[in-house]
Amino acid sequence: MSAMVSVPTVARIAANVFKESVRDKVLYSIVLFAVIVIAASLLLGQLTAGQEVKIIKDLGLAAISLFGHFIAIFIGIGLVSKEVERRSIYALLAKPMSRAELVLGKYCGLVSTLTVNVVVMTAALVVVLAIYGATVEPQIRNTWEAPAVDPALATAAFLTLVELSVVTAIAICFSTFTSPVLAAAFTVGLVIAGQFSADLKNFEHIVDNHAATWLLNALYYVLPNLAPFDVKAQVVHAQPVTPTYVLLTTGYGALYVSALLALATLFFSRRDFK
Amino acid sequence: MAAIETTGLAKDYRVGFWRPRPYRALHGLTLTVESGEVFGFLGPNGAGKTTTLKLLMQLIYPTAGTASILGRPLGDLEMKRRIGYLPENPYFYDYLTAEELLGYFAGLFGYKGADRKVRVDRLLDEVGLGAERRMQLRKFSKGMVQRVGLAQALINDPEVIFLDEPMSGLDPLGRKDVRGLILRLRDQGRTVFFSSHILSDAETLCSRIAIVAKGNLMASGTLSDLVTAQRNGWDIVIDGLAQAPAAGGALRKVTSLAPGRFVIDAQPTADPLDLVRALTAGGGRLVSINPVHDTLEDLFVRQVDQAAGTDRFGGAEPMGKSA
Repeated sequence: MSAMVSVPTVARIAANVFKESVRDKVLYSIVLFAVIVIAASLLLGQLTAGQEVKIIKDLGLAAISLFGHFIAIFIGIGLVSKEVERRSIYALLAKPMSRAELVLGKYCGLVSTLTVNVVVMTAALVVVLAIYGATVEPQIRNTWEAPAVDPALATAAFLTLVELSVVTAIAICFSTFTSPVLAAAFTVGLVIAGQFSADLKNFEHIVDNHAATWLLNALYYVLPNLAPFDVKAQVVHAQPVTPTYVLLTTGYGALYVSALLALATLFFSRRDFK
Repeated sequence: MAAIETTGLAKDYRVGFWRPRPYRALHGLTLTVESGEVFGFLGPNGAGKTTTLKLLMQLIYPTAGTASILGRPLGDLEMKRRIGYLPENPYFYDYLTAEELLGYFAGLFGYKGADRKVRVDRLLDEVGLGAERRMQLRKFSKGMVQRVGLAQALINDPEVIFLDEPMSGLDPLGRKDVRGLILRLRDQGRTVFFSSHILSDAETLCSRIAIVAKGNLMASGTLSDLVTAQRNGWDIVIDGLAQAPAAGGALRKVTSLAPGRFVIDAQPTADPLDLVRALTAGGGRLVSINPVHDTLEDLFVRQVDQAAGTDRFGGAEPMGKSA
């Protein structure tokens, strides 16, 4: 596929997607996030004793993931389908580009938006935590399992971004061959299933039927396994997340994204735009 | 070398929800457009014009047949660098300004920096949007969007330009501007392939035309060939006749202009010399005799009627029902 793909063309399409996100005020979600985290930290500071930092970290990382999922799914499904519905794709595909470049450009554009979102939200979380940490008395600070500003937060944010890249690829893949409503339903379904797909592996110990075991095993390998990307609990409780784990999980995400984008390109390349 | 060539190009769509059936929108279109021509692709709504253009742009894939543009197969990226396309009722990203949109499209052709800016500015001025270059497209009227569409179709100085209903949405001044633009492109030696159902535009602009109806190519050629070839009668004026010649046979209609002076509409198959001889035999004097030719509108209406009334042109029917 690389021989068919022009990197500058993909980059230009991606830049346009990013511009669309900015103009459509998608990045306003960052402001909303900052307000939630600051308000939560002020409130929790009044209510909890000794657990505030853990709760702020947990809430902050969960909010980053939740906002990211909303953007990845609901903008992801519209990236290609909106072009088709509004017929802006007609003039675009007459330009010197392949359909694969369009799919890749759209994908990279949304992942860029998500990257900016995750980075700025994480930075906002760190700032809130730093301010909170500086205002707390040393004897309370000494009871914390991890410092307020913990580099492990970056690891958690990074793996969230990898997860969002997989979710974006799922949304784009569905949107290349079905309607936006169905694409949203399928993507949400697959993302939820992806949180629990590891459990499918355990069914072989409880299910006796050979065919059912085979089917569940097949589903286990086909469905995305999104649970490993979530290391919030480890980070909040100061448990180690090793570089090898991060590398392997990222590798799995990259492979899954590649497969989904190849599939999306295949569907999209065969499609008639009536 | 032909700028555009299609051979037996056909397209079926599947219609129906529960039991989809094929519907043939285009029947084996074979057409050649030479370089430097302004080619009018005419037909009523639903004739297959947009389907043909979408096939040429590879927005849809043919069921049968082949086509090439500038000697290269459809979808070839090098060929795409040398063509421009204005879709019917175009829509562009309304969050961009006209300048940004053209800059984006110019970037896809690899234009950068000053070259890109000069190109964008020149084209916006050319289509009359120089003053609105920094306005977001969501604030544009339909006619302004059409003008941006024309500009984006020309961003790469294309050798072949495909325009799908280029006059759509334009006011009379806008249409005049577009006609001027197409004529300038012709003078620059570009090939222009445009679809339209506005016949006066075709008469003003085209060196050759094709008429499609119900997915069939009904006629193609130069305007003068098609219209002149379709002689549909003789117009004879005779003076000095004591009484009006009887209508019937070769004489379709006789109308009195003044006492003793008549205009006679004769069958196209009649020999003009025989007609004049017979009409002047009773003492009449020939004032004039002229062949009556079709206008483009006559030709268009006849071809469309023929497509509608003949079983073999079963474009509107699901396949299998047509002969």
